[in-house]
Amino acid sequence: MPQSATANILTILDNDFSGVVEEWLGTQVKEGVKRSDLFSDAESRTQNQELLKAFSKGVRSGVANEEFSLDDDEWADLRAVLADVSKERVSRGVTPTEMATFVLALKAPLFKRLEAMPDVEQSILIRDVLLVTRLVDAFAIYTNEIFIAERDQIIERQRQEMLELSTPVVELWDRVLTLPLIGTLDSARAQEVMENLLQTILERQAEVVIMDITGVGTVDTQVAQHLLRAAAAVRLMGAECIISGISPMIAQTMVQLGIDVGTVSTRSSIRTALSDALLKVGYVIKTTEAS
Amino acid sequence: MSGVTSINLVENALLVSIQDDVTDTEIVDLQETLSNRIAKDDVKGVILDISALEIVDTFVGRVIAQLAGISRLLAAETYVVGMRPAVAVTLVELGMYLPEVRTALSLTHALSQLRRD
Repeated sequence: MPQSATANILTILDNDFSGVVEEWLGTQVKEGVKRSDLFSDAESRTQNQELLKAFSKGVRSGVANEEFSLDDDEWADLRAVLADVSKERVSRGVTPTEMATFVLALKAPLFKRLEAMPDVEQSILIRDVLLVTRLVDAFAIYTNEIFIAERDQIIERQRQEMLELSTPVVELWDRVLTLPLIGTLDSARAQEVMENLLQTILERQAEVVIMDITGVGTVDTQVAQHLLRAAAAVRLMGAECIISGISPMIAQTMVQLGIDVGTVSTRSSIRTALSDALLKVGYVIKTTEAS
Repeated sequence: MSGVTSINLVENALLVSIQDDVTDTEIVDLQETLSNRIAKDDVKGVILDISALEIVDTFVGRVIAQLAGISRLLAAETYVVGMRPAVAVTLVELGMYLPEVRTALSLTHALSQLRRD
């Protein structure tokens, strides 16, 4: 009777499940990938048990003629458990190498048990070893994919948060807004800045907007273009725009680049810009008599 | 006069409200009606309220610029009021900075600027 390719592997998983789990844990310690600083033993054990259970379920029904694909429905359990474990580990700061080695460590206990099986022909043994290798490798690659996807998501979320944080529109005075720009101004941020700014103008009925570029490192033609476009949009809304924080260095660069700011008012410091803005909405800053 | 736009005399200015379902023909007709009214009422300014407009394309942008040109010739300043943020962004992206029109946040704002002049 021709033996199915997974029979021996399943026998091991069925008869010595907890043995495999323990040894898997042991190999992780030996390989130095068990982060006892990040996980308790009990947690690791539960995760390994869950993973192995899902793995053996996949092996049982998801392998036909030594062919398998982790995308099949039979492997749904493994994918789900893996997603949970990876999410947990990413958030605790496990590295991709540790994650991959953690999965690959499953090979050793399985090989050892295959070898110890009585009456297994050498050719069968090699076939089984090959299959286990392919299964565990696919498992590890899939783990890495999930891991990377999880990281990407975190990065994307942080990027979004930074975008929001980096474009605050502040109401300095009644009808006077300021927009302190910091860092580099690329197209995506310029768009965000503009939309944010115009919306706030509408909400606060602001008449003057001070765009402060003290914190902007370099001003090239593209950045200047973005600034002037924002200023033009502000004007179309019916408010006025003052660009402040133009350092002598930036002024020189802008002239050398031939950037024409047109009718947009520019000031060197936010201080003069503020007093001009206040004047425009009908206030003056005066020193008290005491001083 | 077109049914979807209204022209009212407010102080020394003509208030023109453009409705959102205005058609291209109606907005062209507005040019003629408006120029006649500017001459007849002898106003200092024209206030174009476009707060109802959600979409402004290059055509409407150009007509607004032309309206401003016409009223300038008839000695009146054109104020565009109530432009929505999305419209402002679109116009700027299209390269239509409308340098010939003055802008104001609201009708009150435009009127107070007209009084100041």
